[in-house]
Amino acid sequence: MSDARVASYALSLGDDALVLGHRLSQWSSRAPTLEEDIALSNLALDLIGQARLFYTLAGETEGNGRTEDDLAYFRDADAFRNVLMVELPNGDFAHTMVRQLLYAAFAHPYLGALAGSPHRGLAEIAAKAVKEMAYHVRHSAEWVIRLGDGTDESRRRTIEALQSLWPYAGELFESDETECTLIEAGMVPDRRRIQKPWDETIDRALAEAGLERPVDSTAAHSGGRGGRHVHLAEMLADMQSLARAHPGATW
Amino acid sequence: MSEKPIPLWEVFIRARSGLPHRHCGSVHAADAAMAVQAARDVYTRRGESVSIWVVPSSAIVASDPNDKDQLFEPTSTKVYRHPTFYDIPDEVGHM
Repeated sequence: MSDARVASYALSLGDDALVLGHRLSQWSSRAPTLEEDIALSNLALDLIGQARLFYTLAGETEGNGRTEDDLAYFRDADAFRNVLMVELPNGDFAHTMVRQLLYAAFAHPYLGALAGSPHRGLAEIAAKAVKEMAYHVRHSAEWVIRLGDGTDESRRRTIEALQSLWPYAGELFESDETECTLIEAGMVPDRRRIQKPWDETIDRALAEAGLERPVDSTAAHSGGRGGRHVHLAEMLADMQSLARAHPGATW
Repeated sequence: MSEKPIPLWEVFIRARSGLPHRHCGSVHAADAAMAVQAARDVYTRRGESVSIWVVPSSAIVASDPNDKDQLFEPTSTKVYRHPTFYDIPDEVGHM
């Protein structure tokens, strides 16, 4: 059934998942240990799987015949709606894990709420993804706790990551106009309702890590939902190169 | 750099079939909670498991390979210990 609002919304969620999934996949063969290399790939595959489902739904509800591959590989950066946090280069391991915690602490309760949507397609994707994101919260929180409460160097790096990523977190709670109409129609959750569970998850992890919660910045970073990106074009140039060089290739 | 080596853990997983936990390999992890996660990520990616045990490798007490003559060799001549001298009636079926 054609529904431009649902298409736009599903595209946003798909973009967040794909871009973060691709960033995580860039750790493959570069992680600190073999075990963590596989763990990061697992997290990446969860997110890329979620992106595929959201893109397929977006293509169906958009009604122009675009496939998941069209949406992933044949859109330019300014057509992506992901929040800026997920496109940031990975940085060091602490930066990657802090970002994963900030994102998953939002995505887990948010998708949990979306699983109760009257829109069956959205609800089904969310119900599958919520279990995956529960593990993302667990894995990233355990690492942040150990890095924060670890060596002087791991603690310093974790504090730096927290300081630099914090101003990006607010964008997770912003809704564009299209999404607001879906919220008013009772189709999707209000992101502001996720603030409390997000705070609880983050505060618990930071307390256990012995880290202080950064002060909310007035200079918050956002604009990704509107297609204003900073690091995405460089990432897509790599991610999309194969599909664009060999359109329609299968393997 | 004087980094401490990361401890090694032996991993046991229990398959869906209800069989006992079986040793499947080992992982490096800083502590028990992280070892369970590493085991999950490394050994259960294809739906192999419904339960994970991890045990510090240092807790395993192993026999000495040099003792194999006295520990294991003597059994090779005691074929009568194998339950192969009984005729099992057909009605009993597979045992």
